[in-house]
Amino acid sequence: MPRILETRRLTPVTKYFRIDAPLIAASAQPGQFVILRVREGGERIPITIADYDRDAGSITIVVQEVGATTKRVCALEAGEEILDVAGPLGSKVEVPPGGHVCGVGGGFGAAALLCLMRELTVRGDRTTAILGARNRDLLILVDEVRPLCRNVELCTDDGSAGFKGFVTQRLAQMIRGEGPGRPDHVIAIGPMAMMRAVAETTREAKINTLVSMDPLMVDGTGMCGGCRVTVGGRAQFACVDGPCFDAHQVDFEEAMRRNKQYAREERQAADRLACAAAGE
Amino acid sequence: MPVKRTEKTRMPAREARVRARDFQEVNRGYTTFHAAFEAERCLRCQEPICVDGCPVKIPIPDFIHAVAIGDMAGAAKILRTSNPLPAICGRVCPQEIQCESECSMVKRCESVAIGHLERFVADWERTRPLAVMAATTRKEKIAVIGAGPSGLVCAGELARLGYPVTIYEALHAPGGVLRYGIPEFRLPKAVLDWEIGVLKATGVEIVCNVIIGKTLALDELLDKHGYAAVFIGTGAGLPQFLGIPGENLNGVMSANEFLTRINLMRAYEFPEADTPVRVSKRVAVIGAGNTAMDAVRTALRMGADEASIVYRRSEKEMGARVEEYHHALEEGVKFHWLTNPLEVVGNAEGWVTGLRCQRMKLGEPDASGRARPIPIVGSELLLPVDNVILAIGTTPNPLLTRTTAGLLTNKKGCLVADEQTGQTPKARVFAGGDAVTGAATVILAAGAGKRAAQAIHDALAPRR
Ligand code: FES
Repeated sequence: MPRILETRRLTPVTKYFRIDAPLIAASAQPGQFVILRVREGGERIPITIADYDRDAGSITIVVQEVGATTKRVCALEAGEEILDVAGPLGSKVEVPPGGHVCGVGGGFGAAALLCLMRELTVRGDRTTAILGARNRDLLILVDEVRPLCRNVELCTDDGSAGFKGFVTQRLAQMIRGEGPGRPDHVIAIGPMAMMRAVAETTREAKINTLVSMDPLMVDGTGMCGGCRVTVGGRAQFACVDGPCFDAHQVDFEEAMRRNKQYAREERQAADRLACAAAGE
Repeated sequence: MPVKRTEKTRMPAREARVRARDFQEVNRGYTTFHAAFEAERCLRCQEPICVDGCPVKIPIPDFIHAVAIGDMAGAAKILRTSNPLPAICGRVCPQEIQCESECSMVKRCESVAIGHLERFVADWERTRPLAVMAATTRKEKIAVIGAGPSGLVCAGELARLGYPVTIYEALHAPGGVLRYGIPEFRLPKAVLDWEIGVLKATGVEIVCNVIIGKTLALDELLDKHGYAAVFIGTGAGLPQFLGIPGENLNGVMSANEFLTRINLMRAYEFPEADTPVRVSKRVAVIGAGNTAMDAVRTALRMGADEASIVYRRSEKEMGARVEEYHHALEEGVKFHWLTNPLEVVGNAEGWVTGLRCQRMKLGEPDASGRARPIPIVGSELLLPVDNVILAIGTTPNPLLTRTTAGLLTNKKGCLVADEQTGQTPKARVFAGGDAVTGAATVILAAGAGKRAAQAIHDALAPRR
């Protein structure tokens, strides 16, 4: 079983893990994900690979506590093992080389920019990262992302760090030529609502935009179709064909609705876990 | 001397009303008495054509004779040398179109219940301590991709021939469709686990959570990890959708998703197990193959008030085994024959409320040889349902072929491989089972795995 090498609390609800997984580290590419399971009878949940170190044989993931399973993951500490880690799954992000690439990381989505921005910078692209959160304390991995790209733009809703406003407002300014200037490609990773807003921001300017979709998954290998997302009117399996898709083609409304299919059961599981914790 | 009785000894089954609400196995299995009674019916033909009907060529009269004279250990040994998964095949094989359809008795009366006897012997064997048979005598390592029927059988055969074998499985537990697809009430996990335990005892190593083509490339297995040959048994796991409007509404899913949530992820234990599944009052399953029967009967067991099959052809063209169909009928499944789904209808929140269909009639046979369904004008109807499960077939998963140079696929996405040996156009790479044939049966996959194992052996240790 893969051992956790290092953990770090990033915010009260997000945690950073470095995991010993040499085979996955050797083949991982930006945009791919792993499937985790933390206990017998546990769910299989997809988590984006934030980074990988091929020499050390480790991968990095950042997990946000949103439900029972992610809470269980976040209770794990360095030295402990994770029952199942399978990957890397999904296809790598493809961006034509040579342009100005802007990675937009909303909330814990910033994590996925680590390997992506590094790879793009290394191959010579001009790179900008926009990191956004409600306030300064919820911004994550700023110091880690900074050395990996040419420019880093911070945005907070309350103005406690960087630009006061949403990532999309800063992006709109850039498109008009402000700051690091108009990007040729945008890649947005974060909450669905934010990704949809980014898609709307770049649509008129006709800027190539990718979003990293995060549908419900079961197997993560193309076997169930539960992860299907409508892109350009056609059903695509996010775990195989994605998870990154052309933002201007994605049916976000359907994707958001489908993601809530098991909201009731997810609440039930979270409450149960909370009760069990309180009972201890 | 064979005893003349025209009818098969019936398989004892649990009462439909009771079993339709739980996941325990439907068939109880023969008792020793039933088995001896049935075994006596075998004519022990000089040229047993039943064996020709068996994809793995079990010496059927021999094992049945052993049962008749009470030599269970002998029967078990005969079975196991030709079929590494007897407890599974005895339960899920469509014997009525294989060995039993060739039985000499069929011309006059009912065939010998070969499948029931196979199951009986395998179950008897499960009550005995494991007899470990293989020892590693060869130094060439073999890798098997996928721990489903063909991979398990191929690995078992290779181990028996003395090779060190490693199976790489993408999911967290081995078994493939036997684990995620076939429900507990038809194939208990304990039986599957026992068969896998036998394989492990013969020295087969199973590594889960490794997706060949992603975690490791197939070429890495050959060039970097020192495997002398690779067998691909990745099955046909990619679910098909109809492409009709409303297919992405909440409450519509593939049979693969439905069954995986329940069989592999144990959604019936939610919230003790973490994966949920939403089963509403009225469930429609589209399709009429074995997977459709599994899904519809599972829906009943998950508490649906009404579970029905919607199929555009008629009962005659249905792909399911006769036994599954009868069990489904007994359990109260409804059948809408000659009914073609046109659209899934939903409410404002995006949940399924109905299935709009059209009545069909049968015309001339089409390319598949089955009568072509033709729409009847003005026959539209709306079935009020809250879940739609699509069991209209699966195709091979493209994950491995997309990432491996040198493999070929046909129009349907199936791997190109020699029918006899399983050899692919790529040197040292063999394939078999559903990945090559498209979705078929457990035993055909087992047969392909077995032949490929022999072909690998022939390639590595040429007989002089
Ligand atoms: S998660 Fe099952 S097909 Fe994508």
